[in-house]
Amino acid sequence: MSWLDIGALEEIPQRGARVVKTVHGCVAVFRTGDDQVFAVDDRCPHNGGPLSEGIVHGHAVTCPLHNWVFSLETGLAQGADDGAVSTYPARVEGGRILLDAARLIRGAAA
Amino acid sequence: MKQKLVIIGAGMASGRVLEHVLAQAPEGWDITLFNAEPRGNYNRIMLSPVLSGEKTYTEIVTHDDDFYAQHNITCRFGEAVVRIDREAKVVQSNKGSASYDKLLIATGSAPFIIPVAGKDLPGVITYRDMDDTQAMIDASGNPGGKAVVIGGGLLGLEAAAGLRLRGMDVTVIHLMGHLMERQLDPAAGYLLQKDLEARGLRVHCKGATKAILGKDRVEAVLLEDGTTYPADLVCMAVGIRPETRIATDAALEVARGVVVNDQMVTSDPDILAVGECVEHDSQLFGLVAPLYDQAKVVAATLLGQDAAFQPVQTATKLKVTGVDLFSAGDFADSDGREDIVFRDPARGVYKRLVIENDRLIGAVMYGDTGDGSWFFGLIKDGTDIAPMRDTLIFGPAYQGGTSADPLAAVAALPPEAEICGCNGICKGTIVAAIEGGATTLGEIKAQTKASASCGTCTGLVEQVLASALGDAFEKPAAQPICGCTDLTHEDVRRLIKARELKSMPAVMQELGWKTSCGCHVCRPALNFYLLADWPLDYTDDAQSRFVNERNHANIQKDGTYSVVPRMWGGMTNPRELRAIADAAEKYDVPAVKVTGGQRVDLLGVKKEHLPHIWADLNAAGLVSGHAYSKGLRTVKTCVGTDFCRFGTQDSTGLGIKLEQRLWGSWTPHKVKLAVSGCPRNCAEATCKDVGIVCVDSGYEIGVGGAAGMDLKEVERLAKVASEQEAIDLTVAFVQLYREHAKYLDRPYKWLAKVGLDWVKAQVVEDLENRAALIARFDLSQSVYQRDPWAERATPQAQAEFAALADLTREAAE
Repeated sequence: MSWLDIGALEEIPQRGARVVKTVHGCVAVFRTGDDQVFAVDDRCPHNGGPLSEGIVHGHAVTCPLHNWVFSLETGLAQGADDGAVSTYPARVEGGRILLDAARLIRGAAA
Repeated sequence: MKQKLVIIGAGMASGRVLEHVLAQAPEGWDITLFNAEPRGNYNRIMLSPVLSGEKTYTEIVTHDDDFYAQHNITCRFGEAVVRIDREAKVVQSNKGSASYDKLLIATGSAPFIIPVAGKDLPGVITYRDMDDTQAMIDASGNPGGKAVVIGGGLLGLEAAAGLRLRGMDVTVIHLMGHLMERQLDPAAGYLLQKDLEARGLRVHCKGATKAILGKDRVEAVLLEDGTTYPADLVCMAVGIRPETRIATDAALEVARGVVVNDQMVTSDPDILAVGECVEHDSQLFGLVAPLYDQAKVVAATLLGQDAAFQPVQTATKLKVTGVDLFSAGDFADSDGREDIVFRDPARGVYKRLVIENDRLIGAVMYGDTGDGSWFFGLIKDGTDIAPMRDTLIFGPAYQGGTSADPLAAVAALPPEAEICGCNGICKGTIVAAIEGGATTLGEIKAQTKASASCGTCTGLVEQVLASALGDAFEKPAAQPICGCTDLTHEDVRRLIKARELKSMPAVMQELGWKTSCGCHVCRPALNFYLLADWPLDYTDDAQSRFVNERNHANIQKDGTYSVVPRMWGGMTNPRELRAIADAAEKYDVPAVKVTGGQRVDLLGVKKEHLPHIWADLNAAGLVSGHAYSKGLRTVKTCVGTDFCRFGTQDSTGLGIKLEQRLWGSWTPHKVKLAVSGCPRNCAEATCKDVGIVCVDSGYEIGVGGAAGMDLKEVERLAKVASEQEAIDLTVAFVQLYREHAKYLDRPYKWLAKVGLDWVKAQVVEDLENRAALIARFDLSQSVYQRDPWAERATPQAQAEFAALADLTREAAE
């Protein structure tokens, strides 16, 4: 696995997210309250809402458009909703955020 | 050969006779129609709206020249019949004569004139026909004219109200202790008097007219008790009696009226009578419904058919716009009669039912007459009301036997019935969830999404639960905030204050939150409660705000945003408009829309452009309109004294001042204000959270209106004389709302929970508390009243709105 450095942890607000643009669309990179990072497609399977704009709680995010809740670990929709977002391997090292380069370039389809 | 029918009088009964006869035998009669008035048939009942200016005479004509021409009716209008020669079967008028085969007397009523000195002075009129009405209209043309109406019955009050609407100073003199004593009892009469006085009429009951004073024309009315009322016009509306003179002169049988039998025939077999001039079975008639029944019988008799007149119960409605009064039947007190009375003085509602032998014989409603016709039906049908006696007064909606099943309606819904409109959830889905083990609203929400969006269907979902589970369903008294806690919003608000909890970790720790970070429901609520209670100590947490408030723009369905600059009080200028237009072009904004809040919306702006478009708009002096916030949205205005010919105060000026004071404040839910320049209320202030209607003497402040998912009129908080006080009360009200309401409760919902009286006590009556509220609001504003656009015009903010990394360029490389 080759890891891509996409920025400093501090550039993402705690319980927030920033976006990484790729040829396949945007990837939302989340920083949770306990300083872990997760990356998922920035596109809710319901109606395409930007998950990066949702409220982050625990290891989950709520889509700002219609309140679907997703686990950041598995990408699965919670509760009564059915659906999932693709996840991308992500980690923090030395205060830097690293994402799996190959997956980012290949996109979710691979 | 055609028979000759002569009709004396072209009133409403006679008009109806014409219609019936012509409908059944259009060629059967040679009809001559006499009328003392110089006009044809018209709707006399509608003279009151003509007097008040709400209708024109032309609109109330029932039969016009075309009608008469079409049916070859010989019209002799302005010709009074003075004699009937029964032998020769000829009538004589002041201009000629006419012979008849059948004669119909329809001379109506003569108004009673009280025999006091001065009754013949110019300016004293009765209220019977169009000429009287025109005289009153003409008299009202003189500014400052004073009118005295003698007679506080149905007709007198209609005359008084009409004259008042025409701008006259009106006094009503009534002999009896309360108005309309034939229809109303003292309590209802009192309510009516209060209502009329609120419209500017003067009412003097227990007033007996002694004389009408004046030299060449009327100047004043003198009462027995010595009171004098100056008058330019005196209208006598003290009663009517049948006009029977020509019948008496012709030696027909006349008692109080022209006596007729069931076929409407007088003591002369070739002469019939109809209408107000008639006496049948010792009864006289003054309301139109029985007259129409009589007209039917007259036509039948003329055509040789069998028919009999049987008087039925009639109801009356006072035709004064805005006064809701209905009465029917008999209210005289007597042994063996009982009353059921319903009173709601605060709402001005009074209802009285008179019952005799388990039958409803009389009903009067004031202020809420919706059920009038149902009660009237019970009177007419003579229904035995004993089974519904205890709920009778509440009207048809509340009848249903001893224990109506409130859940029956919900139980009867089919499975396909849609319960939750936002999410399209039908009853069957909810029932399936219940059968699968869900027993609470929360579980239904989580499993089916029913009631998970706007929440309007919550009551219905609970009913489905109750109907399915019966006693096993426990509707909780209050819902906890969310799954993270068992506490309600009210509990948490109280505890934040009482235990001085000044941060989110403190709240979650001290109050035993079940999760580490809360959730998307409780975090925004806590963020608000904390900043409202501790403006100086608590730091606002952007990550606990919904996206719109975090990004200071409304997110749209495709992830773009809308940008709405503030337009204070709805006012703008060319420079601002140019800046908005330039921004729309520069950033390729797909749509530009004018909002209901009286400003302009730029829709479809990309997130990374937001800080830049804001900087451009800031440069032109524009700031954020907070169109996305749980805060002050707008203060709508209509133009007041600046331009409008009806403006009583500077409504736009006040609106701008309010907006400048309140903008930037965070509130439990969005707050929308409006200021109207006069009671025409062009700014629609009466459905706002705070709505001010300017009047000549000051400002009427209403609160708790709604025009969204619910529609509700404001409740009156106070009427004040000065603009400053209007501002003070508004600010104090908003602060009280900020400190006490549940997050996401609009002011009208909060008001329903705490009650207007409590709010008035805090804000209107307790001046010290009002000042303290204002001080706390200003303190909060010292922290929060700042333009979020200007704050984000920094390179750092611009970077934050852009992507963290852009790999598309790398890929291209």
